[in-house]
Amino acid sequence: MITSSEGKPSVMANPAASNMRLVKRLQRSLRRDPSLFFMPALLIVALATTVAIHPQFSDFDLQSLAMGALPLAFAAAAQTIVVISGGIDLSIGSVMAVTNVLAASAMEKASFGQSLLLAVAVLLAGAAIGALNGVIVRVSRIPDVVATLTSGFIWGGVALVILEKPGGGAPQEFLNLGTGTLFTSWLPNALVLLVAAVGVIWIPLRRSRLGLQLYAIGSDRTAAFRSGVNIDRTRLAAYIFSGLFSAVGGLGLTMTTGIGAPLAGVYYTLSGLAAVVIGGVSLAGGRGGMLGPVIAAFVLTLIPTDLIFLNIDPNFGQVIQGTLIVVIVMIGGFVDMERGRK
Amino acid sequence: MSEPNLLLEARDVAKRFDSVVALKAASLQVRPGEVHGLMGSNGAGKSTLVKIITGVFPADGGLISVKGVIRSFRSPAEARRAGIVSVYQDPALVPDLTIAQNMRLAGASLEAVRKWLSELGVVRLDFSLLVRDLPDPTLRLIDLARALAWEPAVLLLDEITASLPADLSEQIYAMVKRWRERGNAVIFISHRMAEVSALCDRATVLRDGVTAGVTERAHGSEERIVALMLGAETARAVASAPSTRAPRQRLDDAQAALEVRGLRCTPLVNDVSFKLYPGEVLGVAALEGQGQEELFDCIAGSRRYHEGALFAHGKELKLRHPADAIAAGIVLVPANRLVALLQQRSIPENIALPAFGGIRNWGPIKMHAERTRVQSAIGRLQIDTRAGSELRRLSGGNQQKVVIARWLASGFNTLLCFDPTRGIDIGTKRQIYALVREIAAEGSAVLLFTSELSEIALACDRAIVLFGGRVVAELPVSEADEATLLRSAHGLAPLAPGSS
Repeated sequence: MITSSEGKPSVMANPAASNMRLVKRLQRSLRRDPSLFFMPALLIVALATTVAIHPQFSDFDLQSLAMGALPLAFAAAAQTIVVISGGIDLSIGSVMAVTNVLAASAMEKASFGQSLLLAVAVLLAGAAIGALNGVIVRVSRIPDVVATLTSGFIWGGVALVILEKPGGGAPQEFLNLGTGTLFTSWLPNALVLLVAAVGVIWIPLRRSRLGLQLYAIGSDRTAAFRSGVNIDRTRLAAYIFSGLFSAVGGLGLTMTTGIGAPLAGVYYTLSGLAAVVIGGVSLAGGRGGMLGPVIAAFVLTLIPTDLIFLNIDPNFGQVIQGTLIVVIVMIGGFVDMERGRK
Repeated sequence: MSEPNLLLEARDVAKRFDSVVALKAASLQVRPGEVHGLMGSNGAGKSTLVKIITGVFPADGGLISVKGVIRSFRSPAEARRAGIVSVYQDPALVPDLTIAQNMRLAGASLEAVRKWLSELGVVRLDFSLLVRDLPDPTLRLIDLARALAWEPAVLLLDEITASLPADLSEQIYAMVKRWRERGNAVIFISHRMAEVSALCDRATVLRDGVTAGVTERAHGSEERIVALMLGAETARAVASAPSTRAPRQRLDDAQAALEVRGLRCTPLVNDVSFKLYPGEVLGVAALEGQGQEELFDCIAGSRRYHEGALFAHGKELKLRHPADAIAAGIVLVPANRLVALLQQRSIPENIALPAFGGIRNWGPIKMHAERTRVQSAIGRLQIDTRAGSELRRLSGGNQQKVVIARWLASGFNTLLCFDPTRGIDIGTKRQIYALVREIAAEGSAVLLFTSELSEIALACDRAIVLFGGRVVAELPVSEADEATLLRSAHGLAPLAPGSS
C-alpha cells in the first residue's frame, strides 16, 4: 500500500471513470460484507421455494408474510445496533411486550388522531426503557448479557402488570397502518412501514459520527477510546436505539395482531438474535449492517409457513432455524480463518 | 527548580495498580524545540507516565502542567485539545473502519492527514481501504500522520520504530527533527539506544518509577544513560555478587534437549537460533516487545511460526497445539498465573489437572495415586496450604509454585519459564529460583525469561539476549552481569574488555 511518488496523480474527472469507480465500490462492499449478496439471494431462494410448494401464492400470502415478519424485523433491527457496538440486549422481547401492551391498553378507546399521539408516547417510553437498560449496564458494570437478561425479566413482569391477559385494542385506522396495502394489493403497508422506519432511523445514524462510533467501539474499544470516542456514552446510545426499535416492534405487534399480548416477548428476543446472526452481523461486534438481519427476519418467518404448506409440523421451524444459525456461524468462522491466514 | 517556558512538566507523578506501584515520583520537563528521550528498563514506568500525561488514566499523586498551567486530563481527546498527542505502541486505529472513517471518528482533517502522509513518503494511499487489511508499518505511519494533523505542541512517540523497517524509521527521524524545528517538542520513547543518542537533545531516565536523572546530549551520554538505568546500588550489588556456579561442561556432542533453528514469527521474531542442553538453565534477557513472548509461545505450541524448526533431542517437533508440546515434554510456566490455573478449584485438583492423562484413563479418578503424587509435589515446593482450599486465596508466589508443582507431578524434560517472578516477593522469588536450579540439577533443561535482568545471574548458567527479534548476544553467566545485559538488550555493542 505504500507506493513511491513515481505514480501519476489519481484524479479522475471523466464520467466513464466515475462509473467504473461505482462498479469498483460495489465490488468492494460486496467483498467486505458478503451478506449484501448472500442475504437477498437467500430471500429469493426462500420465496422461490415457497412459490414452488405453494403455486397459488397470492397477494394475501405476501401480506401475511409482511405482517408476520414486521415485529421480528424490528426486534432484529434493535439487536443489530447493540451487537454492532459490541454488546448484546436480551431484554428486547420484553420491551416489545411492554410497549405492545401499553399501546393496546391505552389505544382501546382512542380516536385515530389520539392513537398516533399515543404511538409517539410509546416510542419515547421505549427509548427511555432502552436508556435505563444502558444505564444499568454502565453503572452496575455487570456483563451486558446478565444485566439485560435480568432487566428483561423485570420488563416481562411489568408487561403482565399492565395487561394480565391478552386484550386491549386500537382504532381500525391505526391497525390498517400495519395490515392494509398501499396502491396495489401486492404492496403491504407492513413492508412500507418497515422500510420507512428502518430507513428513517438507520440511514442517518449509519452516516453520522455516532454511527461510526458505534462500529468503532464494537470493533476495538481501546483504539476507539484513544481516538477520542466516549465509550460509555456510545454504549448508552446503542441501548437507547435498541429500546426505540423495540418500541417500534411493539407497535408493529399491536397493529398486526390488533391486541396486546404480555407474553409475546420471549419469542422475539431469541429469534431476533437469530436473524442478526444469520444476517451477517458479527457477534464480536463492529461488522455487519441492517439489510441482512431484516431480510433474515423474512426468511425466518417463511420457514414455518412453508412447513405448513408441506403438511409438516411447523414446530420443526425451530429445528431448521437453529441448524441455519449453526451453519451460517460456521461459514462465517471459516471465512474469518481464511482472512487471518492471509 | 521549575524553569520558565516549559511546554510540559510532570512533577512527582505517582500511580499504583492495586498493590503494584508503577510510578513513585516521576518527573519530566520538556522544553519547546527539543526532542526529549524517555528511557528506562522494563517496568520502570515509561508507558504508565505516557498514559497519565495523555489522560488514559488518572494519576494518584503529583502534578502535570502544560505551558505553566496545571492540568489533569480525563481522556486522550481532552489531552489532544490541549496540544498533547501520543502515538501509542499499538496503532490506535479501529480495524473494521476505513482509513477515512477512522479519521472522521477522531475528528482529524483528511486533507491534513494526506499532506502529512505524503511528507512521510506515503502517497496514493486509498483512504477507503479497511484498516484491517493494511500492513502494520502503514498503520503506524497513518497513526503518526493523524497525530501530526492535530499540530500538537507536544508529540509523544512510544516505541514507534520498534517494528518498522529501517527506511521508514529514517522517515520518522526526519519528521521528528522537522517537528522540533517548528518550536514543538517530541517525547521519544525507544529501546534503541543508538536512536535515542542520535535524535534526542536530552533524555530523562526512569528507574523503578522514579526519575533517576536527566542527561544532555554529549559525548558518552549512552554510558550515562546505562548507569542511570542501573542505579548505583544495583551496580555495586551486581559487582559484588560473584557467580558461584562453575562453567558447565560444554555438551556439544550430546543432543540438545531443545534446539531452535532460524525461527521466524512475524512481526516480532525475526531469526532466533539457540540450543538448550539437559541440566542447564538458559536465561533469555530482553526488553519489552523484542519477541520473547512470541518465542515462548512458539516453543510451547500455542502460536504458529512462519519459518524455522524446533528440535527436541535431535527430533524435529511439529507443534500444532500446546498438548503436542506437553507430549514432547516441553511445558510452560507463564507470567500470568491466572491463565494457567483454575481459580476456584483446590490446590490438589490444580496440580493433578495436567497429570490426569496418567492418573485417570477416562474412568474414575484413582484418588490414591493422585493424592500421593500431588502431596509429594506440594511438600517439595513448600507451598503454604493454610490459606484454604481455593486457589484464588493463595498469594501470587504460592500460585506460581502450584503451576510449577503441576508440571513436577506430571513430568517433563524441558521447562519454559516466562517471567515466573513477576510481582512476587523476594523470599518466594529465591525459592522459585532455587527450585529452578534443582530441576536443572536433576537433568531437565530450563529456558527462563525474566524481565528483571539482575535475576539472570541468580538462576542461569548461560544467557542469550534478544533485540529486535534476533539473538544479539550469548554469554556465560560469569559475564552476564546486569550492565552487560542492559547494554546488549538496547542494541549496543559490548564494551571492549577492560574498559569497564
